[in-house]
Amino acid sequence: MDYEVIVVGGGHAGCEAALATARLGHKTLLITGNINNIADMPCNPSIGGPAKGIVVREIDALGGEMGKNADKAAIQVKMLNTKKGPAVQALRAQEDKNIYPKEMLKTLQQTKNLEIKEALVEHLMLENNKIKGIILENNQKIESKIVILTTGTYLKGTILIGSTKTPGGPHGERHSKFLSDDLKKIGFNILRLKTGTPPRIDKNSIDYEKTKVETGDCKELTFSFDNKAYYNYQEQTPCHLIYTNEKTHQIIKDHLKESSMYGGYVEGIGPRYCPSIEDKVVRFSDKERHQLFLEPESNQIDDKTYGNTIYIQGFSTSMPQKIQEEMVHSLKSLEEAKILKYAYAIEYDAIDSKQLKQSLETKLVEGLFTAGQINGTSGYEEAAGQGLIAGINASLKLKGKPPLILKRNESYIGVLIDDLVTKGIKDPYRLLTSRAEYRLLLRHDNADLRLRKYGYEVGLINEAKYKQFKTKVENINELTQKLKTTKITPKKEVNEYLIKQKSSPLKDGISLYDLLKRPEINIENIKYFININYNIEVIEQVEINAKYEGYINKALKEAQKMLDLENKLIPEDIDYNNIPNIASEAKQKLSEIKPTTIAQALRISGVNPADISILMVYLKKRGQHE
Amino acid sequence: MNDTIAAISTSLGIGAISIIRVSGKDSIKIVNKIFKGPNLEKVKTHTINYGYIVENEEIIDEVLVSVMKEPKTYTRENIIEINCHGGIATTNRILNLILKDNVRLAEPGEFTKRAFLNGRIDLTKSEAVMDLIESKTESARKLAINQLQGNTYQLIKLFRNKLKNLISSIEVNIDYPEYYDIEVITIEKIKKEVKKMKQELANIIEKSKNSKIIKTGIDTLIIGRPNVGKSSILNKLLGEEKAIVTDIAGTTRDLVEGQITLNNIALNIIDTAGIRKTDNKVEKIGVEKSLSLIEKADLVIVVLNGNELLSDEDKQILEKIEKKTTIIDINKNDLPQKINLNQLETYSHNIVSTNTNQLEGIDSLKNKIIEMFNLEKINIKDYNFLTNVRQITLAQNAYKKLGDVQKGIESNFPIDMIEIDLRACFDLLGEIIGETYSDEIIDNLFKNFCVGK
Repeated sequence: MDYEVIVVGGGHAGCEAALATARLGHKTLLITGNINNIADMPCNPSIGGPAKGIVVREIDALGGEMGKNADKAAIQVKMLNTKKGPAVQALRAQEDKNIYPKEMLKTLQQTKNLEIKEALVEHLMLENNKIKGIILENNQKIESKIVILTTGTYLKGTILIGSTKTPGGPHGERHSKFLSDDLKKIGFNILRLKTGTPPRIDKNSIDYEKTKVETGDCKELTFSFDNKAYYNYQEQTPCHLIYTNEKTHQIIKDHLKESSMYGGYVEGIGPRYCPSIEDKVVRFSDKERHQLFLEPESNQIDDKTYGNTIYIQGFSTSMPQKIQEEMVHSLKSLEEAKILKYAYAIEYDAIDSKQLKQSLETKLVEGLFTAGQINGTSGYEEAAGQGLIAGINASLKLKGKPPLILKRNESYIGVLIDDLVTKGIKDPYRLLTSRAEYRLLLRHDNADLRLRKYGYEVGLINEAKYKQFKTKVENINELTQKLKTTKITPKKEVNEYLIKQKSSPLKDGISLYDLLKRPEINIENIKYFININYNIEVIEQVEINAKYEGYINKALKEAQKMLDLENKLIPEDIDYNNIPNIASEAKQKLSEIKPTTIAQALRISGVNPADISILMVYLKKRGQHE
Repeated sequence: MNDTIAAISTSLGIGAISIIRVSGKDSIKIVNKIFKGPNLEKVKTHTINYGYIVENEEIIDEVLVSVMKEPKTYTRENIIEINCHGGIATTNRILNLILKDNVRLAEPGEFTKRAFLNGRIDLTKSEAVMDLIESKTESARKLAINQLQGNTYQLIKLFRNKLKNLISSIEVNIDYPEYYDIEVITIEKIKKEVKKMKQELANIIEKSKNSKIIKTGIDTLIIGRPNVGKSSILNKLLGEEKAIVTDIAGTTRDLVEGQITLNNIALNIIDTAGIRKTDNKVEKIGVEKSLSLIEKADLVIVVLNGNELLSDEDKQILEKIEKKTTIIDINKNDLPQKINLNQLETYSHNIVSTNTNQLEGIDSLKNKIIEMFNLEKINIKDYNFLTNVRQITLAQNAYKKLGDVQKGIESNFPIDMIEIDLRACFDLLGEIIGETYSDEIIDNLFKNFCVGK
């Protein structure tokens, strides 16, 4: 055996997977088509945002790398949704596309047990539905116990601009020609997906006077719980806001048929949440304008690819180059802009995610895991989250331990994987906060409280960090107890203070914890009554728990209902054809997805509660016979 | 599946005492809230406790409450049984009181199902019971699709769509916070919408509660000439189905042979057996009476013998019911069929074939009744509202959620918290009309808003 683990692909999923297995002590080989493209950010120059930012926090809590690396390359950072509740607040950082991959590569190269190889993988080696290794383009065979495919857009990846189709990756790299055929032969259903990016323009060719400046927050913010900021919040790189106009829309309408999409050159299914500007103009024809953000890709002017480029967020297109020129120049502030890289659409093969287990191991081939765009998702964060889980579960498998399966009430990564495995996808999948039914429990602020223990148990969080975390938990409990047991009474002085804070005076005694529940009272007011000496993270937890107790309890109750059903297991060898009375659609879906628990079965569309009822009766009967 | 359920477990209107059974984790806590007497949460298990059921201090009934704590109970869950003394109306009122508190009306056979799932009954004992549950669930599954149609369906759907748009607007602001051209949904707007919806929903609930079907059930007349199997059908209907819920006050009791509940719909079965059997003089009166009964009935079931040709007498009956909502029931389908089917189509499209010798012999009749009822083919005046207790309970819970939304707004909670209750309301309304599709909001969001990079 050459390696324990081979990771195919060096994108965001591949990096997390390879780091996880190597750090957990497994001899790992990361194979990439081009070492310079490791952890490349081929699309938008930012990480985070609603739901996605929380995924990055979760990755950090579990001991993954994305949060730390994003902190190193951040050039502008903002907390979003601050006017809303704590559950939907999320961090988003503009990233330097030169620094991000460089730092990640450095980390990979410094990691013990991890080797990196430049090559193209074309075939898988199997024996009795068990993975044995991979075969390279030059027919070299490399053996391993586990293979993790994180191929991104490189399975038959094709770039489209107008009517031209060029096989390959975003930077002209070569793609894997046969790997998806291999997968098809094994029995995977292959989907063809599509995504796209906007044009990049020269940052020195923009009339900034005509734009609106968008800046970051005036404080240091980090993804990682290490809380180490690498940027100076007073010197953040701004973005700029501009809008499309009637002229832009007219150009698009006039040339619609020349775009790859509307010209019928695209076979793949594009993402709904990431429409091209053509789509926006056609589908929302009543809108007079669409907003666009000019986002810098890097401050490293020496970087040949990204040093001088601005990404026009909101302007992705598959028009021919000539039309792109016209479109860009119709925009206010970009009249003289120089396009450095034209927008393109990219098509690629993906597998049907319903053919995966919750562990991200494929159902068809033992020891074969997949993560990232190959599973039908889009987004750096979604990829990294899956990569980490695939890596962790590969290691657990090698150690003969049960897989780590995150539940829907404990993480966005859990929601993501459960959606993929249970519902499958039609268009590229992006996480949204509305996909999480228990989102009040899945907050930016409590990712460590939810997941750090798992990171520690699998071995990605070291003793020192775990001790630090446990101290935080103890402090939260201590402060909560303190506030709950300290009572104040309606003394004159107390009520005078409360009236001054525009809070109603007391009639009876009340605990400080209950006082904190009043919307107009915050922890600073509580400090009037007792001395509070805890760090901000501890105070934040206690404050959120007190203020939103009613809603949190509701969410916990709902989650408990789901967990009760999550504990009802369905044996792997069940044959749904033997169960009379289950509707045929439900039968077919259940047989295809093979849910492992009753809760998962209930989430399958087309399976209704009556079917579940029958299934439970059947399982019980079966149990009694045995 | 782990919620608390309740039902009246005795046949309504037959004995002097009715028993309401409540099973589930919270059953003792919930009943204790409406019980005046010893604290049920503190009394010993397997005791009978004397006291009163009260609603806002008002005494509703004098009762005996049996408290049985898990695991030594029929379902292996906490069970409460309330022995009510006050007759049908009171029993229903108590049940409704319990159902208000997040308790669900039990499905037929559900107590037994739980007993089985919790390992209380062994396989040999439960095989027959399980067959029953399976067949019930099967028909429930088929019927869930046709739960509700017509005006009520449209009303709830419209209502729900409003909520859907409101929720999507909140969601889009959360997932796409930097889209400055998208209208930011304000608390003021939600407040206004919720107030309006609450009013409308209250209206629906109030009217539904007063609707004839809920209050008195469907007056169903079974007619046919002698020896076609009318009485057997009646007995089979009455024998199998236990009455669950309805208030039958106001029905002409002397004619009602019995009452059954199908899919939560009450059927007051009026049997005309005997009327036609009297001598000539009385027969005249009998025919008149029969005619007036036809006039009053909401549904007429004409029973024919499939083993014989259509007789003149049969035709006479069929002619009289031409304008009514009718089911033609061709009975004795386990014998060779001789009846001229083609002649029947002119009288009614609702034709079923039954026998009273097999276990499932009259299922086709029951299903037809439920189907017609749900499709609003039964001509009852105030039919435009929720028609069974399950639906009303769901609507009441949805109404409560809207109240929670208002409370949240008053307490200045952020919009994404307030949305939790909006969404719960949305889901409950979905349950009423049988629409629960998990990606509905997301689909609506991308349909209505232009977002994405």
